Amino acid sequence: MKEKAVLEMKNIHKSFPGVKALQAVDFTLCEGEIHALMGENGAGKSTLIKVLTGVYGKDEGQIFLKGHDKEAVIKSPQDAQRLGISTVYQEITLCPNLSVAENMYIGRTKGAVQNWKKMNADADKILKSLDIPAKAGQQLSSCSIAIQQMVAIARAVDMDCKVLILDEPTSSLDEQEVQKLFGLMRDLRSRGVGIIFVTHFLEQVYEVCDKITVLRDGQLVGEYEIKELPRVKLVAKMLGKELDDMAEIRDAELEYKEDTSVPVLEAQGLVSDAGIKPFDFYIKKGEVNGFTGLLGSGRSECVRAIFGADKLTGGTIKKDGKPVKINKPLDAMKNGIAYLPEDRKMDGIVGDLSVRDNIILAAQVLKGFFKPFTKAEANKFADEYIRLLDIKTASADTPIKSLSGGNQQKVILARWLLTHPEYLILDEPTRGIDVGTKVDIQKLVLELASKGMSITFISSETDEMLRTCSRLIVMRDRKVVGELSGEDLTQNKIMGTIAGGEKE
Amino acid sequence: MQNNVKNKSKISEVLGRLAGQQIFIPIAALLLLAIFNLIMDPSFYTVTLGHNNAGDPVLSGYLITILDYGSELAILAIGMTLVTAATGGQDISVGAAIAISGSVILRVLCGTDSRPDTLQAPIIVAFLISCVVAMLFGAFNGALVAYFKIQPMVATLILFTAGRSIAAWINNNELPIVSDKTFTYFGGFIPGIPIPTPFFIAAACMIVTALVLKFTNLRLYTQAVGINESSSRLNGLNPQFIKFLTFVILGLCVAVAGLIKVSRLSSINYSVIAKDIEMDAILAVALGGNALSGGKFNMTASILGAYVIQFLTTTLYKFNVQSDALSAYKAVVVILLVVLSAPIVREKCSALWKKIKGTHAKEVA
Repeated sequence: MKEKAVLEMKNIHKSFPGVKALQAVDFTLCEGEIHALMGENGAGKSTLIKVLTGVYGKDEGQIFLKGHDKEAVIKSPQDAQRLGISTVYQEITLCPNLSVAENMYIGRTKGAVQNWKKMNADADKILKSLDIPAKAGQQLSSCSIAIQQMVAIARAVDMDCKVLILDEPTSSLDEQEVQKLFGLMRDLRSRGVGIIFVTHFLEQVYEVCDKITVLRDGQLVGEYEIKELPRVKLVAKMLGKELDDMAEIRDAELEYKEDTSVPVLEAQGLVSDAGIKPFDFYIKKGEVNGFTGLLGSGRSECVRAIFGADKLTGGTIKKDGKPVKINKPLDAMKNGIAYLPEDRKMDGIVGDLSVRDNIILAAQVLKGFFKPFTKAEANKFADEYIRLLDIKTASADTPIKSLSGGNQQKVILARWLLTHPEYLILDEPTRGIDVGTKVDIQKLVLELASKGMSITFISSETDEMLRTCSRLIVMRDRKVVGELSGEDLTQNKIMGTIAGGEKE
Repeated sequence: MQNNVKNKSKISEVLGRLAGQQIFIPIAALLLLAIFNLIMDPSFYTVTLGHNNAGDPVLSGYLITILDYGSELAILAIGMTLVTAATGGQDISVGAAIAISGSVILRVLCGTDSRPDTLQAPIIVAFLISCVVAMLFGAFNGALVAYFKIQPMVATLILFTAGRSIAAWINNNELPIVSDKTFTYFGGFIPGIPIPTPFFIAAACMIVTALVLKFTNLRLYTQAVGINESSSRLNGLNPQFIKFLTFVILGLCVAVAGLIKVSRLSSINYSVIAKDIEMDAILAVALGGNALSGGKFNMTASILGAYVIQFLTTTLYKFNVQSDALSAYKAVVVILLVVLSAPIVREKCSALWKKIKGTHAKEVA
């Protein structure tokens, strides 16, 4: 073991049926360092963490911890905790209806009698020493998400942890909260805690980390000092290729052409029970437009209204100039509209069903109850789209829930492409998926548009929108407040319109 | 020796693959029961060809009893599987609903006179009317669950409580007796055929179910709705209607089971007929390895599960377990089966299996 190392994992192997999730991975964590674990979805980050925390057993390899001569035996999360390995997950795993102090001490008290006073005093002391703005007696749910996350960390720290694992802790925090969290992480570093930091955000890695370990396809790519690895190189290492693709995407400048043809879809005064103000909308053949605005500004509600996912309370929709009624999603589907929803887990995938069934679902519903696809047809469709979109799955029979996020998204995309829509709505298709797949999806959008499909593309990342859309509809407070196209499509202009207030 | 080892590993491979399948659970339970009976008393398996009172040839024996009395359960398991898959809940009113549909059949056959000499209507008409009534009650349950979003267990509790009273009310609390001999064929034997008729009815139901599952999207739709309702809706499905539909289908199954039940007696006992059958039907679904929380289902496993339960009941009867004590014995066996089939236990077992195999392989080497 190296001198300053608190944790050494050597030659870790782990396979699942059909997949080698980890192959000969080494990982070393030193005292007082923040170590980023990077890789695309499915690269093996989570598996490595889960082996370390005892959620999965390892097939091969050794784990050494500082202060133990022999190999550490970690067979359950309890073992890991006892050995000083604590984990804070993306989703808060505390109890919101208990107090902060109760959450910090739950499951760790000895005997049947509890000295509540002492517990609260101890909790306050820790919170204060870590500079966490929360009171011991406060109910956890009354704290912001960031504070809750910090309480989870405080709990871990108090359990005398030497290794702290933070698994995507920042994904639901805003910028200020992230800064607070980073402050806490730096403080812990100075106390000698080794921190493993898993995240999708590159900027954050460069802001706070000391070292980076990169995984790809279950194999170790390498361990780097942060100074030696510029951002572009990191992305290249994660993808295993040089990344010129990003710049290439929109090489042919998409000029916004004055077009007098009848729109593929036109809506007037559309309003739904989801609480948006009436809005007008149109899209032409082969056009890519987008809704932009802050989270919760009503972007998704607008497209849900068009698709009939929320109940329409007013307005008219015309398809190719002819009025149509859209009361439910099936009506929209029959009119050639497809909708990839924002919340993949809740509204998109049908978890236990196979990749094949997930792909054919929408097309099958359109075809009708009494006309099921034959097995051969279903297989053909599934294989075709698995190949076309490069979906990484053990087989078409694999349940979709065991795929990585990016691949699940591709399956949902395949499902809608199979219905051969004229108008495709993509609501946050790139959220929570890895860089490579993001690029793939953006490329696909432009390719489909060039073949005449009309597409509405929504993304929280403005540069993705700028790369793909030729016209942006800007929303604020559940109202359409502007439309930008042509030369106006710049970051500044969009920000200005979203912020509003000043007339130019 | 070498060859022997190879064969062994092949067998264990096949066994291992089978153990991963859902249908393994009811098959294993069936084998267990079968072996138990074989050891305790091989005469369990004797089937004799005799003659009944009317002089027709009939087969008798414990195996025949299982095939005979397992039929209603198998038919109900079909509907219960669909309801479970789509709603993630169960219908506990099927026993009471059988009382109702059976009562309707008798009412139509006997008219106002409770002991007529001749049938007042053709049996087929009586049966069709009972189908309509049972499906209406199914629709009632289905509407409560699908459109009013009441938990299935609670929604069907209403009919569970009221059903037998309704059944008695249909016949003015009288106990009609059908004297026509053809009516006994459905729950007994058709002259000249030594195999009990309920088995043929169950087989017909299974064939129809298989055809429906093959030529419609019932399987895909119910599974999709059961797994993710919100996503199903966005894919153009109507989750409410599909849940509703599964209850109506269960209603149809209830009517068929009801016909068999009343035919066995040529009469009805409102408080006893099909008592506790809902629990056995739910158990059949669970024993088939289907998640009671809905989603994916395996129809064959459910049906097999129903016969396993009947196998168990018959075995207990054979060993002279009192009918009062029957449920206690059943409960013990059920606990055993359910614990053994729990995913966590199966995982541990397969890990152990691997270990044994590993050491065995080393020894050979």
